Amino acid sequence: MNDGYTPGMRESIKKVEATRPARLQETWPMMTPVEKQEVLRKFHPDYKPEGMRELRVGPAKGLRTPHELADLLEGHSMLRNEELDLEQVDFETDVLIIGGGGAGSAAALLAREEGAQVLVVTKLRHGDANTMMAQGGIQAADKPEDNPVIHYLDVMGGGHFTNDPDLVEALVRDAPEAIAWLESLGCMFDKEPDGTLITIHGGGTSRKRMHSARDYSGAEIMRTLRDEVRSYPDEIEVIEFAPAIELIMDDKGQAAGAVLLNLETGEHYIVRAKTTIIATGGSGRLHYQDFATTNHYGATGDGVILAYRVGADVCFLDTMQYHPTGAAYPTQIVGLLVTEKVRGLGAQVCNIEGNQFVYPRETRDVEASAIIRECVDADKGIQTPSGFVGVWLDSPMIDLIHGPGTIEKELPAMVRQFARFGVDIVKDPILVYPTLHYQNGGVSLKADGATSIPNLYGAGEISGGVHGRNRLMGNSLLEVTVYGRRAGRAAGQRCKEVSLGQLTLAHVGQWEDALGEAGVEAEIESPLILPDYTRHGR
Amino acid sequence: MAETNMIPIYIMGKQYFVPDALTIMGALEYAGYKLIRGVGCRAAFCGACATVYRIDGDPKLHIGLACGTQVEPGMHLTQIPFYPAERAQYRLDELEPTFATMVSLYPQLLKCLGCGTCTKSCPQDLQVKDYMAAAMRGDISRVADLSFDCIMCGMCVSRCPAEEAQPNIAILARRLHGRYLTPRAEHLAERVTEIRTGKYDDELAEIKAMPEAELRQRYNTRDIEAD
Repeated sequence: MNDGYTPGMRESIKKVEATRPARLQETWPMMTPVEKQEVLRKFHPDYKPEGMRELRVGPAKGLRTPHELADLLEGHSMLRNEELDLEQVDFETDVLIIGGGGAGSAAALLAREEGAQVLVVTKLRHGDANTMMAQGGIQAADKPEDNPVIHYLDVMGGGHFTNDPDLVEALVRDAPEAIAWLESLGCMFDKEPDGTLITIHGGGTSRKRMHSARDYSGAEIMRTLRDEVRSYPDEIEVIEFAPAIELIMDDKGQAAGAVLLNLETGEHYIVRAKTTIIATGGSGRLHYQDFATTNHYGATGDGVILAYRVGADVCFLDTMQYHPTGAAYPTQIVGLLVTEKVRGLGAQVCNIEGNQFVYPRETRDVEASAIIRECVDADKGIQTPSGFVGVWLDSPMIDLIHGPGTIEKELPAMVRQFARFGVDIVKDPILVYPTLHYQNGGVSLKADGATSIPNLYGAGEISGGVHGRNRLMGNSLLEVTVYGRRAGRAAGQRCKEVSLGQLTLAHVGQWEDALGEAGVEAEIESPLILPDYTRHGR
Repeated sequence: MAETNMIPIYIMGKQYFVPDALTIMGALEYAGYKLIRGVGCRAAFCGACATVYRIDGDPKLHIGLACGTQVEPGMHLTQIPFYPAERAQYRLDELEPTFATMVSLYPQLLKCLGCGTCTKSCPQDLQVKDYMAAAMRGDISRVADLSFDCIMCGMCVSRCPAEEAQPNIAILARRLHGRYLTPRAEHLAERVTEIRTGKYDDELAEIKAMPEAELRQRYNTRDIEAD
């Protein structure tokens, strides 16, 4: 068992404690637009040219994306040497949903409401997803001093005005309804005794619109949606440990289902579906530029790869989100999320001398870049015994601002996480460094969740355009809910009109040809499905 | 790892030497296991990696999360990635938030012995016995509060002599509490109605059509609600 902080860290913590009374009165200024651009350009990982390359094949040929993702997007199908009989259909359904996280589960419920038979297939267990791990909260403009127009402005500014306006409008317009829906399903949002939702700030918000369920916000949403899905066993079937490894098309150019792989037996299943929703989440487990990640074990970008191979448009795959505050210590939890709610509740960020150097609630890309600058350029980070570096997130301030007991009440998961390894975040600050958190881009969607491929929909972190080049805290749980519902509804309606032709995997052969023509020689197969940590001890 | 001190652990009875700084999950992978079962979020939220272990020379059985427990020398471990707890079938919107609902869906609730084995087996250190007692009193809101941090790993079920399905009883209570026993947010319902009746349609259309320079100007000069 770890004994908490090292003597060197203790020295620095004393300085943090010494400056704390003064800092409680101090507001560090926000950066100007010019300063923000400067710090992003110099220190944000997206701006490192050597981290990315241009895609050589597919609909987004020429688009830059991290090497780790490019390798998989340019990968070979696992079925390139298989002879599958697509007439031997194992599962027939109206709506196939690939992915059993928040978006997939929300989609399943809405497709069912439209009268569709639904099949959810998922790589690990139902609910094993980044949704489960989201801590801080979910945005929605439902307070008197707020409204969807202000939310819209915050989202666009946070994304540096690159976002798709139609997608943002849908996000902010549906947000209160999404919360009301979750409330009706029994989600235990933090409330005042009279039912008023408790809301706080997040990075880049101009109104307090972050709703939470302690710091288990995503877990509470995920387990509630999962339990609701389980209430309709006759209409929604869930198959676990069965990732999709290729989409199936028909001879009319429509998406028509998928080939699944039983992870435990190696068996293939053919699913024939009138409509298909991809909701497989993000790709943090690809560890872009060697960053640690907050993401779920299964976050390997599978859905983007499947969609890309059948010709779906993608966007913003040259921007990833690095969460400003990943754990930098203790070693066992390096990279794990320290929720933005910690800063939302008033904790400041300090360097080795106990001084602030950045406004605590800049947008995530700016905040992360400022922390990297403080460690790499100013050399005012704190070194850890296992070779990491970080700055202090002064969590004890929270109880000083809001009263004793606040941290334990509002952040029980964080308290428990650190206590497991000997650190008490009520008494001591937390050592943090940016960590790979979110895939800003993905498959291009329309506002109803449709992709550029007929009968193929998408929802959740798989998608691109909603957040532009940077997502704000609390807009991913929102996106998951809003677009899960939208895609589920649209696919549930659309399936009534679909007439499927002959099933085909012709695109697999065509993809092989395209790889050959582009001179791609690597023998990598994709999707990756799971990262390989054997013998690395990550 | 800067310094590597190798220690012996036993994975399902077989000895491996692993670096002592690893979590149980890291150690399993270090030993060469590519995990499919018994792994999920790797951050103590999903409940996939519950592990039973014992230390050499001590008969006591411990339960921890593989992702949240550091290895110790002489640790004998096995994962319990799945446990077949019963889940009752219900539609939340057809239920009443009462003791009768709880007992009709989970009749075994009344067979709880109050032995506390569940509490001892919880890797989240929840007071499982206490919330079961609250359930038997029909105090649904108390169950919801005490069980809130449950990650549904199922270890309490695995150890329960009365064959209770504690995590499923708890989520039923939380959903009843969330839907029926806390007041609905009135400001939320009002906003939903305002949006549906088009209150913001014009303003949203206007801001969507705004030239980027003007939008930037508006963003950079927007007022920010005080803390």
